[in-house]
Amino acid sequence: MLKIAKERLNELYAKIAESMGLFIPIKKAGEVNYHVWGEGKEVSLETLKTVKSPKNAFFPASENLMKFKTEGKNLEIIDVRWDKSEKPFVIFGVKACDYKAIEVLDKVFLADPVDTYYQSRREAFTIVTLACSKPEESCFCNAFGVDATAPKGDVTTWLDEKYLYWQPNTEKGEALTQIVADMAEQGGEAEVAAQQAATQAIMEKLPFASLDLSRFQPENLNELFDDPAWEEMSEACLGCGTCTFVCPTCQCFDIRDFKTHEGVIRYRCWDSCMYSDFTLMAHGNSRTTQMQRFRQRFMHKLVYYPSQNDGLYSCVGCGRCVNKCPQRLNIVKVIKTLGGKDND
Amino acid sequence: MKDVEMKMLERAKALLGSGEVARVIGWKKGEFYFDPVPASFESVEELSDFVYNGFCGANLSKYLIQMSKKEGKTAIFLKPCDSYSFNQLVKEHRIVRENIHVIAIECQGKLDIEKIKAQGVSAVTEVEEDGDTVKVSSLYGETTLNKEDILLVKCATCKSKTHQAKDEEIVLHEMPESKNNRFDEVEKLEAMTETERFAFWKLQLQKCIRCNACRNVCPACSCIKCVFDNPASGIAAKANDSEFEEKLFHIIRAFHVAGRCTDCGECSRVCPQNIPLHLLNRKFIKDIDGLYGEYQAGETAEGKTPLTSYTEGDKEPNDVVDGEAK
Ligand code: SF4
Ligand code: SF4
Ligand code: SF4
Ligand code: SF4
Ligand code: SF4
Repeated sequence: MLKIAKERLNELYAKIAESMGLFIPIKKAGEVNYHVWGEGKEVSLETLKTVKSPKNAFFPASENLMKFKTEGKNLEIIDVRWDKSEKPFVIFGVKACDYKAIEVLDKVFLADPVDTYYQSRREAFTIVTLACSKPEESCFCNAFGVDATAPKGDVTTWLDEKYLYWQPNTEKGEALTQIVADMAEQGGEAEVAAQQAATQAIMEKLPFASLDLSRFQPENLNELFDDPAWEEMSEACLGCGTCTFVCPTCQCFDIRDFKTHEGVIRYRCWDSCMYSDFTLMAHGNSRTTQMQRFRQRFMHKLVYYPSQNDGLYSCVGCGRCVNKCPQRLNIVKVIKTLGGKDND
Repeated sequence: MKDVEMKMLERAKALLGSGEVARVIGWKKGEFYFDPVPASFESVEELSDFVYNGFCGANLSKYLIQMSKKEGKTAIFLKPCDSYSFNQLVKEHRIVRENIHVIAIECQGKLDIEKIKAQGVSAVTEVEEDGDTVKVSSLYGETTLNKEDILLVKCATCKSKTHQAKDEEIVLHEMPESKNNRFDEVEKLEAMTETERFAFWKLQLQKCIRCNACRNVCPACSCIKCVFDNPASGIAAKANDSEFEEKLFHIIRAFHVAGRCTDCGECSRVCPQNIPLHLLNRKFIKDIDGLYGEYQAGETAEGKTPLTSYTEGDKEPNDVVDGEAK
């Protein structure tokens, strides 16, 4: 294990940015989100949860897919795919829950047929995770088997008052370590172990530490689907897209065309199952009420996705929907209402 | 506040128990003290998780669009600011007034959990309100904060503590008016150069994730089908595809609610990126005041509105363009 003095972090970012693009939590107009690092930017590694999750790096809120140009009777199709050989990227500061979320997305986008847009971004990135040391009340990653104190990734880091501790895990991680090696010294195992123990003690005290998910099994699908509690749970829902857009695992997108002076750009953008025009077909939307849309979101996270992915839930307990729903609805309420007997 | 909550609960029980109303719209307990959820209660039993506290910031009036069309009468608890939205909705014939029983409730300003967290408190487990201070307990310790510092934006500049609509009232203590002027921040923006102002909004709107929470929560945004949700409109977009898209969305929305926006503050409350949307609306309100005389949307449920009526003395568009609206 290596350690880098905290005062030298800026130097570290600059060093990485010499040869790679660096995405890192940066405060802009009051809010912390992942942005490209540059000198003078206000980095905030301490921020537990960026508003937008890091999924934005691999699966941007909107992304051009191709361009069409017509000339007379000819139609030219222009590949606008992002060229991964251009420049490698580093995403720095990814928390354990958000890292787990990338695993969830990979199963969707990298399964056959592979989504090459996602794949090229994913491959271009080296992921540096950061262990949590100050979880907050809305965190419940532990309910999904995530260890917030030991995230994986190409490099794992821990931060305390004095040092950033650095542990490469993969080849990509080793390569990045080469770049920063002359800033680092050996050591830190004891400090990291102590921090992990302290954090784990807090994790156990978190209000959602022991959610019971036992009822969310594929065989209970129909029973859960028909549960009368959905009506009451969704009553206050505004049908906005906040919970889906801040969620690190929400993966739905829409494909649209945009007319420009030079032709047509086909792009995709995040979509939300909470919207009335989601999966709109010629006959209309298959889900006609907000209750049905609300149910879709949570059934997808807790029942449909796991039934297709060996029981892996597609909620990672990051708590963003707990913090950000305007009307204070969220997946915790759903789990407590439908999850199992031990939720009281 | 506890006594106000008790009284409200008592009334809700009486109204539901006697069958005078079929449902009561209020708030129910969330996971914590600070996250009550808007709810409709249809029986005395359901009232077991009824709550009213300093975090009941949500404006319930928009739910009446659906609820007032249901069978039976609906009782609703409205804070002073919510009563403006209520009137505006009645004026626009979006809710059926006869089907509603308005209970005007006391409000001493509502709190913002994000502001509490911004003061460095995390893992909040409990919040205790005590007059001008608020005691916050967290897994990392306890702290006492000044209520003034953690009010929702809308409450820090509350426009009025007078209910504009009520069938009955539960106000047990004096409700002092806010000392802050809600147009101060607008004046700061007006004092900027155009380039500075453009930069300000660009930085703010770049954060927008197009979640539409601002629109969906807004009582003035009550179109059955929003133009932005209509694929045939040519401007439908859920993408924050370009900066331009964001500005287009926000400018269209601000114009569409101009003269009807009551400054209820919900849009700024719900924005996950804390974009100060109220500044757009307040600029419009200030301009309307300046051009057509003082007007507050939602003060009454009847009468003409400055942007939908014409008088000979009205300003000409070019006067406005020349900057007289400033
Ligand atoms: S659950 Fe909350 S965040 Fe999600 S759509 Fe409904 S109101 Fe919006
Ligand atoms: S559903 Fe909510 S808690 Fe779960 S991963 Fe998504 S935002 Fe996080
Ligand atoms: S949910 Fe877990 S991993 Fe995510 S920020 Fe909270 S403690 Fe860290
Ligand atoms: S625009 Fe904002 S302040 Fe105005 S009525 Fe709508 S939600 Fe309320
Ligand atoms: S609530 Fe905020 S982030 Fe969402 S669409 Fe409105 S301005 Fe954008």
